[in-house]
Amino acid sequence: MTPRNGEDGTALILPPKPRPVSVAASLRTLSIFAGSVAFALVVHLMVARNEPLLETRFYSIFLGSVLLIAVITAPAQIVWPRLRRFRQNLHPILTAAALLFCLWEVITSGVRLLPLPYFPSPPKVLYNIINDRVLLFDSTWHSLLLLLSGYALGVIAGLITGLCIGWSPPVRYWGMPLLKVVGPIPATAWIPLAMVVSPSTMFSAVALIALAVWFPVTMLTASGISNTRASYLDVARTLGAGRGYLIFRVAVPAALPNIFIGLFMGLGASFLTLVVAETVGVKSGLGWYVSWAQGWAEYGKVFAALVIMAAFFSTIMTVLFKVRDRMLVWQKGVIKW
Amino acid sequence: MVMTADAEGSTLQLRDVRKSFPDPGDPVNRRLVLSGISVSLAAGELVSLIGPSGCGKSTLLRLIAGLETPDSGELLIGTEAIRGPSAERGLVFQDPNLFHWRTVRRNIEAGLVARGLLQEKKTEVDEFMRLVELEAFAKAFPHHLSGGMAQRVALARALINHPKVLLLDEPLGALDAFTRMRMQDEVLRLWSARRSTTLLVTHDIDEAIYMSDRIIIMTSRPGRIDQIIPVELDRPRHRSNPEFLQLRGEILNLLHFAGGERMKSGNANVPVM
Repeated sequence: MTPRNGEDGTALILPPKPRPVSVAASLRTLSIFAGSVAFALVVHLMVARNEPLLETRFYSIFLGSVLLIAVITAPAQIVWPRLRRFRQNLHPILTAAALLFCLWEVITSGVRLLPLPYFPSPPKVLYNIINDRVLLFDSTWHSLLLLLSGYALGVIAGLITGLCIGWSPPVRYWGMPLLKVVGPIPATAWIPLAMVVSPSTMFSAVALIALAVWFPVTMLTASGISNTRASYLDVARTLGAGRGYLIFRVAVPAALPNIFIGLFMGLGASFLTLVVAETVGVKSGLGWYVSWAQGWAEYGKVFAALVIMAAFFSTIMTVLFKVRDRMLVWQKGVIKW
Repeated sequence: MVMTADAEGSTLQLRDVRKSFPDPGDPVNRRLVLSGISVSLAAGELVSLIGPSGCGKSTLLRLIAGLETPDSGELLIGTEAIRGPSAERGLVFQDPNLFHWRTVRRNIEAGLVARGLLQEKKTEVDEFMRLVELEAFAKAFPHHLSGGMAQRVALARALINHPKVLLLDEPLGALDAFTRMRMQDEVLRLWSARRSTTLLVTHDIDEAIYMSDRIIIMTSRPGRIDQIIPVELDRPRHRSNPEFLQLRGEILNLLHFAGGERMKSGNANVPVM
């Protein structure tokens, strides 16, 4: 099909165009970012005089490269409007981040306000990330495998039960009380039982994550399906729709926004259950790494794992957001996010 | 206006149709909504149904659509009794009820997809998009459309199944006065092109006179047919024509809305609004 409709501006509601930004103004604001990074670098070099060079040089290199990028992109954005908009949008938050890192370093290594070794400085955390990268990568990989298998299992089970409960009144009558009583128990509360019952810790971890995901996905899918507008179903029936069409072409698409809320809630629950399961039972993964490093009082490694977790979990969350944006493209303009 | 002789529509006969619903305030007795409705529509006829709120107009439409079953009585399409909803009886509501997750084109296709005929009749989709003049909006989503456009999509979606009977439940009720008059012509154009037997529920007396061959006036509690008034004006009709206005006056009188003299008390037929 040809994209004709986009050209007809009369009926399509388009988002307002961003205001053009003057080059001088954006140069000024960008130099604030470069300045803040330079400031952080200077503070770091002063503070790091008392620290072993081996541990601090990665951070020096890191800040130096950020500064270099900031300086290069400042003039580049004059000729490249896309870069300009991108930087314009991000620079306040990046500036704040640079200053926050600086503050963190001053408080920890600089004036030693916080007790060591519990609160390492940013250079030490970065050093640990790079130094222990093999084990960290391995842990992340194991966490990913465990998370994805548990999440996939929970989502599939949740969609099926949610669909049955939402569509069929008898299933709802019998299933809903069970769901309401058993569902709210946190998945982690089953850990003692799971350890006794299951053949391996890996298996029980997958089952627990699946359980944690299953409840919100079931709940939201069921409510989405059962709240399908009756008039949609009536219209579909008078168009000649059979049961399969009513369920999969009317009720499910109408319930998709709800289902995605369930998927997000389930994802949050799966992160929690993953880390707890890895801390108490499974002998690999980021949760295990944190407790292992803590056992050796290596708080630099604990923080390193936390940084990796933040990146890991937020990446997965972002992927789910992108999937939703693609599938719910029809919602654009109806619902803001 | 092109009048095709061979109508796609089919006769519609209702014989002594009764329908009651459980009364939320009275667990023992049921509330009678329709009492002894008998009427016949000729193939290709356009009949309006007017009457006060709660007289069971929408229930009658839902019965014909097969979305409800009557307590007693017969509903026949041609010679066949109505059993459940079917693509041969299209229904359009006041709210267009477009599937908001589908583009205009996918909405119009819905009936063909549901019946597994999309591959076979793909060209008809284009034909119906043209018929309601929405080709330019094929890929637009429903929330991009104005009220009149959305209702045109809903009409095309119902008409693509070539229904023998088209049921319109106040389809223009939510539109502003000008769009409404334009859409009345639009519906007439679609009706005369395809000649589905059409039953139109409306609150608008002008609309009923402007559009229909006959007007059924209903009374409420329980809903039954009060009068059936033939509209013997040539098409296309003029809203300011003296005969038009005279008929309008008569119907207003029947409904006791003519003004001046207020409703007489004790009249069993006084509609309750």
